[in-house]
Amino acid sequence: MLEVVDIDVRFDRHPVLDALSLQVSDGEVVAVLGPSGAGKSTLLRVIAGLLRPDAGAVVLDGVDITERPAHLRNVGMMFQDEQLFPHLDVAANIAFGPRMHRWPAAAVAERVDELLTIVGLDGFGSRRVDRLSGGEKKRVALARSLAPRPSVLLLDEPLTGLDRELHDRLIAELADVLRATATTAILVTHDGDEADALATRVVQWSELQPVWTISTARRDW
Amino acid sequence: MKRLLAVIALAALTVSCGSDAASDEPAAITLVAYDSFPPSDTSLNAALDEFTESTGIAVKVVIAGDAGTMVTKARLTAGNPEGDVMWGVDNTLLSAALDDDVFAAYQPTGWDSISTDLTDLVPGHELTPVDFGDVCINYDIEWFASNGLQPPAGLDDLVKPEYKDLLVVQNPSTSSPGLAFLMATIAHAGEDNWKDYWTALRANGVEVVDGWTTAYQEEFSGTAGSTGGRPLVVSYGSSPPAEVIFADPPRTDAPTAVIESTCFRQIEFAGVLRGTEHEAEARKLVDFLISTTFQDELPLNLFVYPARTDIALPPEFTEFAVVASTPLTIDPAEIAANRQQWQDEWTTIVLR
Amino acid sequence: MDHHRVALNRVPRWFVAALAIAPVLFITGLYAWPVTTLLLTTLRDTTGGTSPFANIAGVVWFTVWQATVSTVLTLIVGMLPTYVLARFSFRGRRAMMAAATVPFVLPTVVVGAAFLALLPQSWHGTARAMIVAHVFFNLAVVVRLVGSMIAVIPHDLVGAARTLGASPVRAARLVILPLLRPALWSAAAVIFLFSFTSFGVAKLLGGPRNPTVEVEIARRATQLGDVGGAAALSALQLVLLAVVIVWTARRQRRAAVELHGATAPRSPRNRGERIMVVSVAALIGLVVGTPVIALVSRSFKVGTSWSLSAWTQLGGGEVRPGAGLGVDPLASVGASLRFAVVAAVIATAIGFLAATAINTSPRLGRLLDAGLMLPLGTSAVTIGLGMLITFDTPPFDWRAQWWLVPLGHALVAVPFVVRAMLSVLRSIPADLRAAAATLGAAPIRSWWQVDARALRRPLLAGAGFSAAISLGEFGATTILTRSGSETLPIAIGRLLGRAGDLPRAQAFALATVLLALSTAIVMASGSHEQLGSGDRA
Repeated sequence: MLEVVDIDVRFDRHPVLDALSLQVSDGEVVAVLGPSGAGKSTLLRVIAGLLRPDAGAVVLDGVDITERPAHLRNVGMMFQDEQLFPHLDVAANIAFGPRMHRWPAAAVAERVDELLTIVGLDGFGSRRVDRLSGGEKKRVALARSLAPRPSVLLLDEPLTGLDRELHDRLIAELADVLRATATTAILVTHDGDEADALATRVVQWSELQPVWTISTARRDW
Repeated sequence: MKRLLAVIALAALTVSCGSDAASDEPAAITLVAYDSFPPSDTSLNAALDEFTESTGIAVKVVIAGDAGTMVTKARLTAGNPEGDVMWGVDNTLLSAALDDDVFAAYQPTGWDSISTDLTDLVPGHELTPVDFGDVCINYDIEWFASNGLQPPAGLDDLVKPEYKDLLVVQNPSTSSPGLAFLMATIAHAGEDNWKDYWTALRANGVEVVDGWTTAYQEEFSGTAGSTGGRPLVVSYGSSPPAEVIFADPPRTDAPTAVIESTCFRQIEFAGVLRGTEHEAEARKLVDFLISTTFQDELPLNLFVYPARTDIALPPEFTEFAVVASTPLTIDPAEIAANRQQWQDEWTTIVLR
Repeated sequence: MDHHRVALNRVPRWFVAALAIAPVLFITGLYAWPVTTLLLTTLRDTTGGTSPFANIAGVVWFTVWQATVSTVLTLIVGMLPTYVLARFSFRGRRAMMAAATVPFVLPTVVVGAAFLALLPQSWHGTARAMIVAHVFFNLAVVVRLVGSMIAVIPHDLVGAARTLGASPVRAARLVILPLLRPALWSAAAVIFLFSFTSFGVAKLLGGPRNPTVEVEIARRATQLGDVGGAAALSALQLVLLAVVIVWTARRQRRAAVELHGATAPRSPRNRGERIMVVSVAALIGLVVGTPVIALVSRSFKVGTSWSLSAWTQLGGGEVRPGAGLGVDPLASVGASLRFAVVAAVIATAIGFLAATAINTSPRLGRLLDAGLMLPLGTSAVTIGLGMLITFDTPPFDWRAQWWLVPLGHALVAVPFVVRAMLSVLRSIPADLRAAAATLGAAPIRSWWQVDARALRRPLLAGAGFSAAISLGEFGATTILTRSGSETLPIAIGRLLGRAGDLPRAQAFALATVLLALSTAIVMASGSHEQLGSGDRA
């Protein structure tokens, strides 16, 4: 159970998030639907521990983790623009998380193979990531974020920037993966179809930030 | 691109404005000099202008680097020189220059007004002595007074324990006063004993720096306002008057003085470069360089003594400068024959 | 498939050749020809005598050793300031960038004197003093080369590592460091090159006990008149450096990764970051400011008291009748600026053509690129003496021509201009060129539209940097004979060669003028932002 309680975030004194609260139960996939630039990514960063809120708390399974550094939270994140490590090959990208958690080598290798199969990239392990297509990169990013078995997975516009056909195919695959791995997840998107297809529950941004006007929040991170 | 074009146009303009300085008057000759020769704006340059006025020969001064560099270049270009007359070959470089046949012999008008001690060095008239000076140990008067210590009387005192860690000298491999001081010690201690002398000097904490500027301006304590910590330095016999003349506010006494028995005589020569296309004009310029008009300007501009014996010295010179009555000397031919070996041996003894 | 498409839009071969003609002539005519002539002439002469390599092992070893230590230390010391300047935006950041660049273009005579005044007496004439000065001079290289790489590493890449369980230290070690490796190698190569060929710093601060190969070359040539020995050592130095450069270039290529997009620096967000920014700013201020203040203050100190007289009497003619210092500050500024403008124009023009040729034809380009780097690894004494004996007969009797000096400066400046431009050229996406082509532009036209335009800012920056190099008489171009008014560094050197309070104070006054000029030029041309950086134009 993840609880976000009364979060405030200000950039240069401009409020970006104002007393925002959200609860996500185990196994739920919550889609937060709203226009770009509204502050959705900021919310994910606060949960991931990449951004310290000015006020409020993040509580995971009853423990307040607001002050806990990102690497000790076990909250995974798939970035909008993948952020694959360009100096590592596909397998090493996926293995990064398990290795950070000091899994034994054999377990790491097994996990990498398992995830390559799940995301449909069997045999891609030794490929360079800058040689991958857009869709392949997304799959690697997904596999990498799932690899260390995070308690919560955060997905930041996971399928933007792909052409229509690929987008639709990947939505289905992503939904399958999330279901198959029974991952608790928060997905932020501006695409209603995407939200409907992936989420068990859709939350409108305007419900989270009722007084919000886009003009005051130019900076999304 | 427009702005860039404007910049280029502006640059071209600057260049063309600059280059017309090298005018092509009928008789223009080039005086090649070392880097302490002022290129313009002093009474020395004014004297050269007088020469141009009276003879119609324009003189362009080009600076070829320090004396060593200048002579190296002259040797490389012997017979096809960079200029017509060269100023400032000193007695440590003399033989090398003569061996490579850099100069065209000429006995200028006024030769007889120069002391024979100087002219004897160039019996073949390849070069003309133009000035001389001494390289000597200078000391910080106030430092010795306030420390209740007598300044050293001579080279032998420098190895005594009371003068430990007080002296800064220049590397003879990179500095002309440094080389002169090495010569002084060789002349004093003799060819067999100078190495022992330097071994003792090193044990007594002599500091070695690369050149005069570092030694005098940074390490020597005597020059006013200096942050340096050593009260003894190898410099020139004419450094004390410079301290008086270039003091601000003006002062009447020198803060430094010279230890006369440590002085090594440096003699500078000028001559017509072999291969010049303007030999007649070049000869006239050499005549002028030892004329009273030009020689008069030497003390206060180059801080050297004129080679002519009939020049009245400025008061600061007579009062504060030292010209040793019996300076240490070594025959230029001997210097030329042994210089590199001496320098290498010195490096092994003092630096390694 | 991809290759085929690129080939169609490629500019024609003759056009690349046309671009390369001037740079090739420049480097062969002004560098290769004179240096080869000198080597051939003098090596033929040195049949007898002692071998120049007889006692050189110690000097070579020391040179390699100090260059390695200087390089490693500069990289270590430079990392934090580089990271902060590349990552955070804060008030005064531009000034800090400029401040970090300025030491690089300051004349060594001046900085050397300031260091001597600042360092404790026991450090004078030591390898330590020399290494500290190398770190000071080369900090700019790290800030530029590594900083521009940090600037293209996305913040989120580290974020990704953190969410995967990497602590900040492990994220830095496993993600940032590997990505910086090519930049670190290239910075290391440049710093090693400069420290290895150190001349002024080695002489002034290292003292006679610590000669570098470069100092030994100059000593042999100018003081012993052993030009053959000097030329042989020069060739040895060039070979050694070539090996190092080729080796680092290979490591650099092997470590190269493609990163897309630039990450805008952001304001520090928490206490820790703010403390880091403030302390780095303070550190840079201290490191750059202290020698500068030492230098400026000495111009106001005549003898033991504070005084303006060095400034008021600057160029005032005679101190007393018959005794003048012969310094005309306006004329020296004019002479220095004239050299600087000419050097900048030549270096920028050649650098522009060379960078474009190198970028359009990678394989031959690498050769040209390497060729243009050669003068940096060659003793200036060797180049100067080579010019002296090569350009000595009509129609090439250029020896005492004033423009030979700025040409010498340009020889040193061109590689920097090429670096600045290449990084921008390489950041132009191929798509942009393709787009220009599909819009109907012929390859040459599209080259002009896209490449030439993008280069405007780096051109200006390169020109500024070249001008600054010329002002500081970078390297030892003073070996060239010169006529007419003396430049600022030469005038400073001559004043420092005089006994007395006034000449010394005036030397530092002129040094202050020089410092102000270099800083103004570097800042006005944006060199401090552009040089070696991957900033988009």
